[in-house]
Amino acid sequence: MTNHWIDVKNANVVLIMGANPAENHPVAFRWILRAKDNGGKIICVDPRFTRSASKADIYAPLRPGTDIAFLGGMIRYILENKLYQEESVRKYTNASYLVSPEFKGPGDAAGLFSGYDPKKKAYDAKSWGYQKDADEKVRKDETLKDPHCVFQLMRKHYSRYTPELVSSITGTPKETLLKVYETYGATGKPDKSGTSLYAMGWTQHSVGTQNIRAMSIIQMLLGNMGVAGGGINALRGESNVQGSTDHALLFHILPGYMPAPSADLPTLEKYVEKYTPKTKDPQSANWLGNMNKYITSYLKAIYGAKATKENDFGYAWLPKLDPGMAPSWLVLFDNMSRGKYKGFFAWGQNPACSGSNAGKVRKALGNLEWMVTVNLFDNETASFWKGPGTDPAKVNTEVFFLPAAASFEKEGSITNSGRWSQWRTAALKPLGQSKPDAEIMNDLFFKVKALYAKEGGAFPDPLMNLTWNYGFKRADGTVRSVDIHAVAKEINGAFLDDVEEKPKPGQPAPKEKKFVGKKGEQVGGFAQLQADGTTSCGNWLYCQSYNQSGNLMARRGKKDPTGLGLFPEWSWAWPVNRRILYNRASVDLAGKPYNVKKAVVYWNPNAVLPDGKLGKWEGDVPDGPWPPMGDEKEGKKPYIMRADGVAAIFGPGLKDGPFPEHYEPLECPVQENLLSKQRVNPAMKMFSDGGLSEDVYATCDTRYPYVATTYRVTEHWQTGVLSRNMPWLMELVPRQFVEISVELAKEKNLKNGDPVEISSARGKVEAVAMVTPRIRPFKVANSTVHAVGLPWCFGWFTPGVGDSANLLTPTAGDANTMIPETKAFMVNIKARG
Amino acid sequence: MALSRREFFKTSGAGLAAGLLGFSLDPVEAKAQEFSLRYAKETTTICPYCSVGCGMIVHTLGGNLVNVEGDPDHPINEGSLCPKGASVLQLRDNKARVTKPLYRAPGAKEWKEVDWDWALDEIAKKVKKTRDATFTAKSRIKVKEKVGDQEVEKEVEAVVHRTNGIAHVGSAALDNEECYLLQKFLRGLGLVAIEHQARI
Repeated sequence: MTNHWIDVKNANVVLIMGANPAENHPVAFRWILRAKDNGGKIICVDPRFTRSASKADIYAPLRPGTDIAFLGGMIRYILENKLYQEESVRKYTNASYLVSPEFKGPGDAAGLFSGYDPKKKAYDAKSWGYQKDADEKVRKDETLKDPHCVFQLMRKHYSRYTPELVSSITGTPKETLLKVYETYGATGKPDKSGTSLYAMGWTQHSVGTQNIRAMSIIQMLLGNMGVAGGGINALRGESNVQGSTDHALLFHILPGYMPAPSADLPTLEKYVEKYTPKTKDPQSANWLGNMNKYITSYLKAIYGAKATKENDFGYAWLPKLDPGMAPSWLVLFDNMSRGKYKGFFAWGQNPACSGSNAGKVRKALGNLEWMVTVNLFDNETASFWKGPGTDPAKVNTEVFFLPAAASFEKEGSITNSGRWSQWRTAALKPLGQSKPDAEIMNDLFFKVKALYAKEGGAFPDPLMNLTWNYGFKRADGTVRSVDIHAVAKEINGAFLDDVEEKPKPGQPAPKEKKFVGKKGEQVGGFAQLQADGTTSCGNWLYCQSYNQSGNLMARRGKKDPTGLGLFPEWSWAWPVNRRILYNRASVDLAGKPYNVKKAVVYWNPNAVLPDGKLGKWEGDVPDGPWPPMGDEKEGKKPYIMRADGVAAIFGPGLKDGPFPEHYEPLECPVQENLLSKQRVNPAMKMFSDGGLSEDVYATCDTRYPYVATTYRVTEHWQTGVLSRNMPWLMELVPRQFVEISVELAKEKNLKNGDPVEISSARGKVEAVAMVTPRIRPFKVANSTVHAVGLPWCFGWFTPGVGDSANLLTPTAGDANTMIPETKAFMVNIKARG
Repeated sequence: MALSRREFFKTSGAGLAAGLLGFSLDPVEAKAQEFSLRYAKETTTICPYCSVGCGMIVHTLGGNLVNVEGDPDHPINEGSLCPKGASVLQLRDNKARVTKPLYRAPGAKEWKEVDWDWALDEIAKKVKKTRDATFTAKSRIKVKEKVGDQEVEKEVEAVVHRTNGIAHVGSAALDNEECYLLQKFLRGLGLVAIEHQARI
């Protein structure tokens, strides 16, 4: 979330699309209702009339997988009716940039952007570049009239998204579309804000990234970024999926979203050179220009004194990907299907139910020599060898199940969707012999290390050189029990030497030595990190969380000085306790809030600083201390994480086009894309050429005529391992069901409660039919399309509840993130005798 | 006369006791008080389910979990919990919790309970064996180089130091410190196939 849960109360319009918070984030729904109590409006766009929809002022049904058409129509409406906030569009986005005349959009190139290579199924983005002056400066037209400027290209691109055409693609009635557009478009007024709440309903599509980009464009146009009650808010599904992402349990990043190193960058210098964005614009803060400090401090944190300037701070010890190698989820299990892994850890995760095309995942597990699972309860992954249709005698995988402690049986922090890192205290000892995960890692680390010390082996240096000073050490050097505070302090970072303050360029050195920090002290915040090895920091984003003032994540202060619900002294939020990201975009060029009544930050030009200078920011922690952009000498542009300092309406860094364009889901009920000749995302990730029988897709196939989507219910959680074992929860929602419309039930002669079988090209699931008017047939072009929906929280391990809905979903993924497309696919449904 | 609900019950109870039963209910009342959470230790935690981050108060008494409820001081949930949060007690009081390490041998039909030490020793051996067998120090890769004005692709040998034969998925339910430790350990082993819930 750019904003946070409580902030939703400040919105004038809440757009719930691609999410169902009333069901999946039920306690946070109070803040949505609080917005309504304050006079705000709730819009809910969803294929089903959900619990969230039941509280909405406007409910708009839409066919699964057509969100970009819906949002593209909104962009067109905003532009046609001049509802955008002109100053922030002109100054805070790349709307004025001139794009190469060679660039062509899908309207001019049969549904493709210029530069597509059908053999590689990929784009060459050369023609998506900007026009530049002789000194490499991007050419701009601030009047936004040049036909090659981003603003005009956007207008042209979305002029094709007329309400009539959008309605025939999405199945949303035209009047409802216009009502949504008008209501949300009204938040373009400077004193109004609209917030976007989304979740897996947007990400789990072959156009997932572009769904979110489309909404981002709307938020930029309406000036809804950085403001109270605004932003782009991903409602995350797990208690610490935010923190585990920040700490890089993913192949493509290191902690703090630093890119994972690859073999073509053999030295730290090359790595830093490639990943440090450059700018010549004095008004760009270009915060990621500090990359050298963050990566060096990370290497110092993990390798300690073993990382020296002479050995490149141990950069060579980090494992490297080959260029182009991307073992993301779908690829990982595809590799496993082909026997490429011998060993596997499933640590607190149940891929046999959560993985798209779960049948492929389950089969792949049988190719392993060994597997380690860590969990509280036995589950479909741990026991895959005795799953339905599997003969244990034929499965040679050795499996270890390590019992983990529950959340309240250990100490540590977790980060919620609003980026608040909150501390938990251990309430009691772990049950039985179960252990906190950190203890399991600790024991395993020292056992593997001892084997290498004794026997030697393949290049042990990266392992042997890891720092592991987390508490009392036994005589043999092993840590008896992990002091979780020591880990939290390592993440925050420390001064490894005295670091002197350097005089600013052009200023004389101070007479007395001043220190940024002294050896042994915790680093105060990431602005103090150094690139010369004098600081360590496990994750620069969390630098400040546990500094010299203590564990800020454990704070319980209830002050709310702005009245906006920022609660700056409750726990700690990354980065640097900033509660609303991009807050410099909430003010005009002089630093005056666009909405004075709900000011997140404002520039106080009369404040006197300790050094005698005038002017400072008040309110939330600003995106950097510099004066607002109107100050031509020292002012900075608002989007400090981007090299050019502005938000990108035109996004040339994406793999599937610089503007979001509607494409049909890989499996869809229509023969053609009504917007262009290109039916599906031409750059999406597919596995159909891999020759595995599990990777089949069925488009416009009469055997699978109905659109299906998956979702969760309040009473269960993810694959259900932590809810199917809870008697109270099982009593509330006891088994797999499928929601079907009254119309489809009539057509199929099904009654509420009938046992049915749902099948896709990949698998079958048994369920109980839930016949409901909550789901309605869609009128798409001239035909009727039926949709069905089923939750994915069940699995065979719990007797009599039905198996995972992911047995039906395809192995196909988004072009940029490679997240699987599980929110729109094709199925059949039939009565079970 | 203004009577609170509690006082009303007390009064009517005493009346009943004296008038009809002929004996006092005092010990029952005292017993009821023992069930209160007055002597329980309170610790704060955050709900393990979704990402709202609701605050909870955990009550323990003599090493037993006796109650879990919403933290009224928490600014997000203001004391309330959803059905999942309200069931957290059952994560402890639960016969299905696995409380000893389990092992399943190749071809075996059942799990077998094992010692921690044995399980971790075995895993450590397998990790080492697989790492040693699949560790790749160098890889032949294609890089682009500038020769004059032209970009030329050529093949070079590059240091990769990675373990190809082990993959990992999970874990979005661990604490931040554990996530950090886990990525440190896995990268120390040389793994690159590291994925978790955020990708799906």
